[in-house]
Formats: sequence, structure tokens, C-alpha cells
Amino acid sequence: MSRYETVIGLEVHAHLKTRTKIFCACSTTFGSEPNENVCAVCSGMPGVLPVLNAMVPEYAAKMGLATGCEVNLKSVFARKNYFYPDLPKGYQISQFELPICEHGSVAIEVDGQRKVIGLTRIHMEEDAGKNIHSAAENASFVDLNRAGVPLIEIVSEPDMRSAEEAVAYLKELRSILLYLGICDGNMEEGSFRCDANVSIRPVGQEALGTRAELKNLNSFKHVQKAIEYEVARQIDLIEDGEDVVQETRLYNADKGTTHSMRGKEEAHDYRYFPDPDLVPLVLDPAWVEQWRAELPELPAAKRTRFMADYGLADYDAVLLTAELAVADYFEAAAKAYSGQARKIANWVVGDLLPSLGETGIAAGDCLLTPARLAGLLTLVDDGTISVKIGKDSFRDLCASGDDPAEYVRARGLAQVSDTGELEAMVDRVISENPAEVEAYRGGKTKLMSFFMGQVMRLSKGQANPGVVTKLIQQKLS
Amino acid sequence: MSALHTKTLTELAGLLQSREVTAVQAVGACLDRIEATEPAVRALITVMAGEAMARAETLDAEGPDPSKPLWGVPVVLKDLLTTRGVRTTCGSKILKDFVPFYDATAVARLREAGAVLIGKANMDEFAMGSSTENSAYFRTANPWDAERVPGGSSGGSGASVAAGQCFAALGTDTGGSIRLPASFCGIVGVKPTYGRVSRYGLIAYGSSLDQIGPMTRSVEDAARVLQVIAGHDPRDSTSVNAPVPDYLAGLGRDSLDGVTIGLPREYWGGGIDPEVEAACRAAVARAEALGARTVPLSLSLTDYAIATYYIIAMAEASSNLSRFDGVRFGHRSQGAEELIDMYTASRTEGFGDEVQRRIIMGTYVLSSGYYDAYYNKAAKVRRLLRQDFDAALGQCDFIAGPVCPTTAFRVGAKADPIQMYLMDIFTISLNLAGLPGMSLPVGLGTDSGMPVGLQLMGRPFEEADMLSVAACLERNLDPMPLPAL
Ligand SMILES: [Zn+2]
Repeated sequence: MSRYETVIGLEVHAHLKTRTKIFCACSTTFGSEPNENVCAVCSGMPGVLPVLNAMVPEYAAKMGLATGCEVNLKSVFARKNYFYPDLPKGYQISQFELPICEHGSVAIEVDGQRKVIGLTRIHMEEDAGKNIHSAAENASFVDLNRAGVPLIEIVSEPDMRSAEEAVAYLKELRSILLYLGICDGNMEEGSFRCDANVSIRPVGQEALGTRAELKNLNSFKHVQKAIEYEVARQIDLIEDGEDVVQETRLYNADKGTTHSMRGKEEAHDYRYFPDPDLVPLVLDPAWVEQWRAELPELPAAKRTRFMADYGLADYDAVLLTAELAVADYFEAAAKAYSGQARKIANWVVGDLLPSLGETGIAAGDCLLTPARLAGLLTLVDDGTISVKIGKDSFRDLCASGDDPAEYVRARGLAQVSDTGELEAMVDRVISENPAEVEAYRGGKTKLMSFFMGQVMRLSKGQANPGVVTKLIQQKLS
Repeated sequence: MSALHTKTLTELAGLLQSREVTAVQAVGACLDRIEATEPAVRALITVMAGEAMARAETLDAEGPDPSKPLWGVPVVLKDLLTTRGVRTTCGSKILKDFVPFYDATAVARLREAGAVLIGKANMDEFAMGSSTENSAYFRTANPWDAERVPGGSSGGSGASVAAGQCFAALGTDTGGSIRLPASFCGIVGVKPTYGRVSRYGLIAYGSSLDQIGPMTRSVEDAARVLQVIAGHDPRDSTSVNAPVPDYLAGLGRDSLDGVTIGLPREYWGGGIDPEVEAACRAAVARAEALGARTVPLSLSLTDYAIATYYIIAMAEASSNLSRFDGVRFGHRSQGAEELIDMYTASRTEGFGDEVQRRIIMGTYVLSSGYYDAYYNKAAKVRRLLRQDFDAALGQCDFIAGPVCPTTAFRVGAKADPIQMYLMDIFTISLNLAGLPGMSLPVGLGTDSGMPVGLQLMGRPFEEADMLSVAACLERNLDPMPLPAL
């Protein structure tokens, strides 16, 4: 047991999936030519003014409602002032004193332990552009396509005590955003980003230690590794009698280490003040109630329901509810299937998810539809095909979209249950393997699997194993 | 057609609609007048001669259009209103070569109403000043006396209208920048209610205070221009979505019966030049003779207005002017190696002293540790000031007072910035409160011989009533002479 306790708070930035930017009509499309989606407003030309995209407060408030926040009926946009070439106006429009949502929480589970992580606030802001440095041309360029893309920043309390808890919290947030359909959750493209504030303190100490802010965490794995490295680094410092410096540190994914951004990031005084170009945002309580009514079933509730309604284990329920499309797939398949839903869960977790992971296809777009998966399992259940044939056909069915029954018929994959045909094969195996028959009769009943294997070979895997077992037992007893 | 330039906009618009004057003649008369007076006045940074003439020819070819109230009328714009394809400098070197690709909403509305834009007017750099001496290009002379300032910051607009170079100009008023030059140049200047005219395309100084308004040679002219530029704009969240009344409908009133005018003791006490007080008192007496009742009242927070105003305006300016960083447009210093050096050199070379002073002070009052003591306190005083005005306007329909304690002062007389800031003492409260106001010329000072402006201040969005009272008074005062240029 370590003598130190880890304290982690996370700041998550989520790009909102609006069609247009937060304060102008430019497209938010990712991957356009540099400065293709730019106008006078988002490039900060003199004299222009921002006008709030009405979808942004709706999305932000929905995230707040989904995480038990209070939605402030009046919130205020503020300017965060600093100079950087990717920040066209010399200030970022954000929220400071009066954010749209406050005081929420998110429940996580790590090693079977449930824990509630406090959520300080959610506020709306605009993203900055991107600086591109060209060594070849010895010049820097600015791409403003991303400038003005709407973000929400979700700030947690320093309630997490391990890297695992931090990752569980992040996964839960991402899952909720995906359920609400307000963020695509793509960490590599930066539409779901996180900064981690990490500190340690001696166990039992109330006061927080000095924290480091970790940036450049582009996957759950990076978050985990960076926090673990940082905690170890801070413990080493303190054990050596040195102090932890409050600073921003960048994670280096190649080395698995963090290093100081000193020099680049000096102590900023952002000089926040209310943005006089935007009137305070006032929400009608009726809208908020409507948004609350529109909330879908959220991951936590769905997990509980899946366990109760479908008899799923906790582990499967977590995997099946992480993304709404997968949950919907499972549920549709379970409803189309007359057997135990747990079997569907096994196939979805064991076969469908790895297949989707490899092909990059979304669950909703898989050609093996939920009804066809149910059909495939039914073919296994009624003995038309073996489990092995079923599993072997799975990827083909995902790729082709064929009806499973049709597929099995067309390829002659149906199991042989005809006693006469199977009897001939059993006789042949017995006659060709006199030594093994002798041994079996002498009590080496384990050889049953040998005979079975031989019959399967002759039948090219299509013999019904139940029928074959019975025949062998009859013939050799 | 002789001396077209002495006519009012209202007169000219009538002549244009009846084809007694063509748009080409109107524009030609203004360009001639500019050529004749500009060497002495220097009101314009850019003269749009070719473009204006081409536009006038197009208008004449199409013929007058009664649905376009400013058809063929030559108009000047303060050079901080963006004009598509025409250089917009803000009176600053940092925007020396800046050509916007978008019109300000007020500019677009003028164009749609048939106006012909003929020039961009000089101004204090980024509207920071009260004399137009802070322009990075040249100073503008007062058409009444070349050794005196035209007021500021819309001094080029005011001087251009007074000199007969155009029939109306747009100015902007952040702390008196329309009313002060109107007063100093002997013309009408209206600062509308905050939110009445779109700020889109107005290169901001103090965003919560700035408002565009007309500067003209008569109240009716101002009403005609305001009618065109007022109204909600979806591109400005602070523009108010309320119907625009008919500003011309009430201009014919011949008495001020039932009108109560409040005279705040803070505006009529000590510190006003006797010639200014005498002219303003005479105008108020004329209003009383026309049936108005006057009541004494108090705007007790007036003493705090200058400090409050400068904190808020400079704070906003420090942030508004951050975009002039040499990265995307405007002046960029050459030869800097590091990013921070590029920023520092570009801004040091591009901004004048007064702009730098206000950026530094604005940055200071927003800094962590000082925010509550300055910005936050100023924001609170501002709310109290508005309450002060609301209470006063509960006792009367309009508040009246001088626009400025003095008439136009001599060039260089206010070298100390604080002395300059004090010129705004009677005008800035109105911007802090967001209310409408105007300057009406009421005569010439008996000592200086320079114009004196009476300020009227009214309730929010009640510009129509204010203009009707001003028009009645204007008709019953001695006609304001034109400067002998
Ligand atoms: Zn844009």
C-alpha cells in the first residue's frame, strides 16, 4: 500500500456535432482544405460580431441534464484574452463566472466498486485554429477551419484517486455524449480531448498537493499511462526531498513520459470579462424541461436494465452499452431471438465487436443485421449447423449481408443428422482403427473424442456431434 | 443650380426625386466643394470620387425611386465603418492598407436606400479622443475657425457636414463622439439608444457603449438618415428587435405643450463657460415660451461618470484591439525573429500614443487582483447611473444641458490627456446608461463666436419624441448660419 494518495481532476473538451460553427454560419466539417471553412467572423476581421448558434446551448444543457447538473437559466459569455496566431481575435469566447451548467456528477465503477465523481461545471466555448510549421519553407501558417467550432468543457472535481478511475470517468462521459448524439467522441481527431490535473499527497492529509496539468492525451491508453508516469515522477521527487512544480506537462506517447512545457506556457492572466458583443444567454424553463424530456435512456440506466431484463453479467452489460449503436444492435437481436439473450450477448461481445473493431464499420451499418444474427443462432440451436460452422461463417455474413439460412444452404454447410449416412461413416472409422477400438473397449473411453474427430473429418465438419456420439457408443458397447 | 451644398438633405432629396437635380449633379457639387474646402478643413481620409461618380451615373440611368429615401444623396462615413472594397483605416497606421470585403450593416442600408458614399472621414485613432488631433494621418480643422478643433472623435464627419462637403455623415458615439463634434461644428448629431442601430461593421472601441448615428445640417435630415439605418440586425446580438417608429411623423409639432424638460443641477452648475451657459439657457427659455415646463433635478452620480466610463471603455478596448496583431491583416513589422517580438513591434509601430495608453490602462483594470477594484466596481456604478437616469426620466420627458462646458477649443490646448477626458463630462453618462441623446445647435458663443450645442437626452427608444421636440425648437430659434469658408 502506497504512502501517497493520488488526486486527479479532469477537464474534458468535447466538440459539439453542430452543422455550423458556434458564432457564424461556416461549416464544421473535419478534413477540408486549410481555411476553406472560414468567414469574416471566425477569422476575427475588424468590426464583425458573433451570433450564437442556437444548437450549442441546447447540446450543452442536454449534457448538463444527463449528468445531473443544474442548468443556469441565465449564463454569460466571457472573453479569455491571450495572444496566439491560431486565436484570431486575441481572445477566446468562453464562459467564466456564470457557466450554463453546474454541480453535476457521474457514477463510475472500477473493480466492482461504485463511485460518484463530482462535476464542477460545463461551459460553452469556441475552439481555436491550428498553427502549421513548415521547416522546409521556414515559415508558419495558420489554418482557421477549426476556429469557432463549438466546444463544451466539462470540469470535474478532483475526485479521482487512480488512473483507472480517470479512464472509467472519461469512458462514461464519452458514452453519455455519444448517447446524446452531440459529439462523435473521436479522440484521435481531437473531438474528445482531455487535460488531467494530477497531484499526490500523503495518505490522510487533507490539503491537496501541488498539481501538474497533463496535456496531449489522445487515447484512453495515453491517459492511463501518462497519469501513472506522472504519479511515479511526483512520488520520486517528494521522496528525494524535492518539490513538485505547478506547471503544464506534455505527454510523449513514444517514450511514455511527461515533460515540462516551461518557456512556452508562461503564467497567463487571461483577464476574463463579460463579452459585450453577446447578451447574457437566457433560457426559457420550458425549453429546459423539453430537453429533459427528450433525453434518451442513458448508459447507466441501460446497463442496469440489460442486466435485469436479459440476465447479462456486469462485464457484458458494460461492453454492450458503451456505444448506443451497439446497445441498440444487441437489443434488436435479442428481441428477434427466441432463445436466451445471454447467447446473443456472447456473440456480440465475442464476435461482432472484434469484427467491427477491425473493419471500422459502425454497429448500425453492419450487413449482418440483428435479425440475421438471431437467425444464425437459431440455425445453431435447431442443429442445422454446428457452433463451429456458425462461428466460421460469421465474418462472411458480416461482409456479404447474405441471409444465414440461404448462405448455409448455398454452401451445403447444413449438419448431417441422417443416421444411415452417419452410421456408414462410423462403421468405416471403426474398421480402419482396430487398435483404438480395442483400447476403448478396454476402458480408455477418452478415445471417444478421437473417433468423433475422425467422423468429423469424413463429414467435413458437418456431422451432428450428438448423433455421432450415440452411434459410436452403440457400436462399441 | 448655385450653392447646392448649402441645402439640407431634405431639400436635396426632394430635388432629386423630382429630377430637378440629378445624382451626378449632387455628387459633382459635393466633389467640387470637397476640392474647394479640403485644403483648409482636411475632413476626409479617403475621397471616393470615381466610385461615387460611377454610382451616381448608374442611379441617374435607373431614374429616381420614391421607395429609396436617400436616392442620389451624397453621404460621408466615419472611417471606422467597414466599406466593401474601400480602405477603412480607423484613423490608424495599423490599418493603413486595410480593405474590407464586407459592408457595415448601416453602410449597406444607406446603399440600399440609394445614398451615394463619397468619402471616409478623419477621426481620432480608433475613436479615442475628443478633438480629431489623435488621427495618425492629419488633424481636421473646425470649418468655423481653422485654429480650432472640430471635436472628436467623429471630427471629420462633423467638419465635412458643416463645410457642405456632403448632406449627411455617419459618426459613432462611445462617450460623446457624435454630440461633441456636432456641437463644436454647429450641426445636428444624434446618438441613438444602444441597440437601435446595428454595430456590425463598426470597428469597435468600447463595444457596450458604441453606437452609430447621423450628423446633419437639420433635425429632419437626421430623422431621415436614422430612419434608414435603425432596426434589428440578425448579425448583431446587441441590436434590439423592436419596431422602428416613423421618425418624420412628429416633426411638424408647433408647440411644446405638455413637455417637461429636466435640468440637472450637475449640468448647469459651475465650470461651464458663460457663453455656453447663456446660449443654452436662451434655448431652454425658448422651449418654455413654446409651452414646455422645466423642472430642476439631480443626476447625483455625474461626478463618477468619467472614471466609470474610462475604466469600462479602456477595458473593452484593450480586448477589442487584440485582433490587430499583424497576423492576418493590417501592419506587420518586418524582421522580428520571435513571435512575441513580431506582436510587440507591429503594435508599437501601428498604434499611436493615446491608443497604447488606453490599451495599457484597459489591460491593467482587467488584471487579476485589480478586476474587482476597477472593472467590477465600474460595472456596478454603471448600473446605478442607469437607475439615476431612469429616476430622472420619471420626473421629466427629456433632460437638457450643454453638450460640453466650452465651445471648440484651440488646437493643442488640451495636451494633457486628463484635460481632454474632461471634455466628455456631460456626454459620457448617456453612453453608460445606453440612452438616446442629441446635440442641437442653438447659436454662437458671444465670446468665441463658435457654435454652441444644446444636449437633449431621452428615454430608451424614444428617439421619435426627442426629434420632434428638437425640430420644434430648431424652427423657433434663429437659423444657424453656415461657416464662412
Ligand atoms: Zn465563419
